[in-house]
Amino acid sequence: MIALAYTRYELLRTFRNRRFLIFSLAFPLILYYVIAAPNRGVGNLGSTGVSLPLYYMVGLASFGTMAAMISTGARIAGERTTGWTRQLRITPLSTRAYFRAKVLTAYATALLTIVVLYSAGISLGVSMPARYWLEMTGLVLVGLLPFAVLGILLGHLLTVESMGPAIGGVTSLLALVSGTWFPLSSHGFLHDLAQVLPSYWLVQANRVPVGGAAWGTTGWLVVAVWTVLLTGLARFVYRRDTARV
Amino acid sequence: MLEDQPGGRAAASDGAPGIHVEGLSKSYKTSHGVVHAVAGIDLSIPPGQTLALLGPNGAGKSTTIDMLLGLSIPDAGRVSVLGRPPRSAVEAGVVGAMLQTGELIRDLTVGELIAMVAALYPRAMTVEKVLDLVGIAEVADRRTQKLSGGQTQRVRFAVALVGDPELLVLDEPTVAMDVESRHAFWATMRTFAARGRTVIFATHYLEEADDNADRAVLMAHGRIVADGPPTEIKARVGRRTIRATLPGPEEARLRALPGVVAVERHGDAVALSCTDSDAAIRAVLAEFPQARDIEIAGAGLEEAFLELTAEKAEPEPAR
Repeated sequence: MIALAYTRYELLRTFRNRRFLIFSLAFPLILYYVIAAPNRGVGNLGSTGVSLPLYYMVGLASFGTMAAMISTGARIAGERTTGWTRQLRITPLSTRAYFRAKVLTAYATALLTIVVLYSAGISLGVSMPARYWLEMTGLVLVGLLPFAVLGILLGHLLTVESMGPAIGGVTSLLALVSGTWFPLSSHGFLHDLAQVLPSYWLVQANRVPVGGAAWGTTGWLVVAVWTVLLTGLARFVYRRDTARV
Repeated sequence: MLEDQPGGRAAASDGAPGIHVEGLSKSYKTSHGVVHAVAGIDLSIPPGQTLALLGPNGAGKSTTIDMLLGLSIPDAGRVSVLGRPPRSAVEAGVVGAMLQTGELIRDLTVGELIAMVAALYPRAMTVEKVLDLVGIAEVADRRTQKLSGGQTQRVRFAVALVGDPELLVLDEPTVAMDVESRHAFWATMRTFAARGRTVIFATHYLEEADDNADRAVLMAHGRIVADGPPTEIKARVGRRTIRATLPGPEEARLRALPGVVAVERHGDAVALSCTDSDAAIRAVLAEFPQARDIEIAGAGLEEAFLELTAEKAEPEPAR
């Protein structure tokens, strides 16, 4: 209950923050139209079996949502620097509830990014049965879990000043090697590297409408391992950070 | 008379009302070695009392407050806040605090920010009520990043008050305020305290303790060096010295002047130690118009504190 009430105001703050909206919403949307609008007729992008508008719809949605999740870290870093975190620690809001509110907020903004990019996709002719839309969305939301935790981790590791470049750098690099900008070839170093990154599996959610399992065991395993690993790290860093206060 | 450390006899017990501190200590490692920020303090605060924690910078006030609030863990000793350990008192929503430093979060209006904090407390005041109480109703719709320094401090005060806490802790609350804001701030604090709430505030202004507290506890070097009504503390540390070149009168005549408690003479130079330097200087000028080179120096609080600490340092029993 407390977390929900708190989340309401967190959301309000997030949607009033222009820089955030530009990065996780406007930027992917504009890029999507720039890339996909002139090539809307490409039905099978680089023999992936996926149409170009669908491929980049999921690709840019994963880019925008990754940014949304990780930018939780910027907010946490900011609240640590200004002393707001300390102020909250003398209220009944538990640490758990605080993080829950942050993650819920990140997911809410991620959902908005998804809806906006789906609408853009539909406007360029992407169509599929409702259950595929849902399944695809489900995979993206699960695939974002490691990034939610990564946000909390970075928020306790970095300063506000270094968060901007860190978020931009991490998302851009991950997007590059995960096939957001162009389909990866089905073998080679880049492909092997991408396989072990959770961001790759975000983009792979675009395989849902083609049929078959979009993720397979490898996908689920990679996402699970990253989530557990990052949670452990985040917990360690959080403890170290609060012990110092 | 001022008491020595009042601890030793009272045992801080869980379940007892009020605040109880027993043998509390905390050290930090710095590049200069280990600093004993709080070096064993005992303190019992009955419910409803307004207590001023006085002391110069580095006396250990903030460290003590952090431990009262459960923000830091004591190396040794026990703290009981309204019958519970500090963390559980905080979780129960019976504690409100204004920390020494801290900014407000951005992108919310003042009203929204207060409502957000109110949502965390089980028995919160309404937003309107707390805005009225603190006197910031006129900025309720303003974004928090567009407030003046004084307004920001008052919003932070509202954040501390909105949960309607049993214990209100204020760590040097008026540092960033102008005179007028200070006035309004203390008036609000007294209104709140009058509802039977316990208030602890840290300050290095003796006047603030004198005007607003029932009791003043003086800290220096991590210890309590004096504990009593603020007027007594004030009499103790609020002395001033009048220096003048004044050939003639005997020490006894000078000591008999109103407000003078001690006299030193070196040749023509005299130094009068005064509890009331205003009365003393008037009397000096009236009776000894030949006095010249007159200087009145306040014993700075800092010096007075150090003096008190030095007095207390020797007989301190080993623990």
